[in-house]
Amino acid sequence: MTIKEAQFDYVLRLADNAFILGHRLSEWCGHGPILEQDIAMTNIALDLVGQARALYQYAAELEEGGKTEDDLAFLRDVGEFRNVLLVEQPNGDWACTIARQFLFDACNYLFYRELTNSKDDHLSAFAEKALKEVTYHLRFSSEWMIRLGDGTEVSHQKMQNALNDRWMFSGELFSPNETDRILTAEGIGVDLEKIKPLYNQKVTEILNRATLQKPKSSWMQKGGKEGRHTEHLGHVLAELQFVQRAYPGLEW
Amino acid sequence: MKKNWPLWEVFIRSKSGLHHKHVGSLHAADAEMAIENARDVYTRRNEGVSIWAVESNNITASDPEDSNALFEPAKDKIYRHPTFYKLPDEVKYI
Repeated sequence: MTIKEAQFDYVLRLADNAFILGHRLSEWCGHGPILEQDIAMTNIALDLVGQARALYQYAAELEEGGKTEDDLAFLRDVGEFRNVLLVEQPNGDWACTIARQFLFDACNYLFYRELTNSKDDHLSAFAEKALKEVTYHLRFSSEWMIRLGDGTEVSHQKMQNALNDRWMFSGELFSPNETDRILTAEGIGVDLEKIKPLYNQKVTEILNRATLQKPKSSWMQKGGKEGRHTEHLGHVLAELQFVQRAYPGLEW
Repeated sequence: MKKNWPLWEVFIRSKSGLHHKHVGSLHAADAEMAIENARDVYTRRNEGVSIWAVESNNITASDPEDSNALFEPAKDKIYRHPTFYKLPDEVKYI
């Protein structure tokens, strides 16, 4: 893999993470448990989709294949998506959504903070802007983890179950592949080994305050970053891409 | 019967503003959440840079029935208004 190819793969991964998670959150629109949280969730979704757009635009530039951001977002199939498995998992109930969000946000915050130091000016500038949004996302999801975990018996049980279910997807966030290794060496990519202990620290801190148990199993799911996805992504893309594929080239 | 979270009144100060304006109300479980909900609901379109949230039952309001006794007397006492002074530009916002 050349450096340029690694860059494309990397940016595509970040874009796909933001895009798929943003889409999942948008599924809550109109279905939130309470008005204010419905708006909060869709605000976060909008932030993520906005990040996805910026990243897809840059990815299209890097690929030099004449594609647009829309081509990348709407015309690739499951095997070409590079998002981590965590973000394609279904929303489930509110606790499940919060567990997924927290596990992702804690990583994303540390990741973007490191990315502001990237030798790739485009990525460092993007990270500076995105960091402001993600700081709020982490605050939001952390507080909900605490409120539900250290809440009633029912909320505690649901939150613990949700954490147990989603835990096995957290490892993939920190397992570097060839793309990571190439770009970290160039000073472009984030050194995942460096931020992993900070992540563990943050997760432990929040779980303690939430009176939740950290799941014991250390076996982690992976494959998303290489294009091997769970069954869920197919259904997500079917919904997401249907209109563009049914009416190619359509415009508002 | 479903119990609601407490109701909060929200006040926002815009970037160029000098005071917080009442923009509406929302439900939140506690003060932290009230600020976050206010941020999500009332500052989406860049409406402001500062949020005050007050539990609605901490606000005391005047009774409309008392309006006459409270406010009528002030109507015809123009000598109380500072309209006969010319304010220098330096103290425009006094």
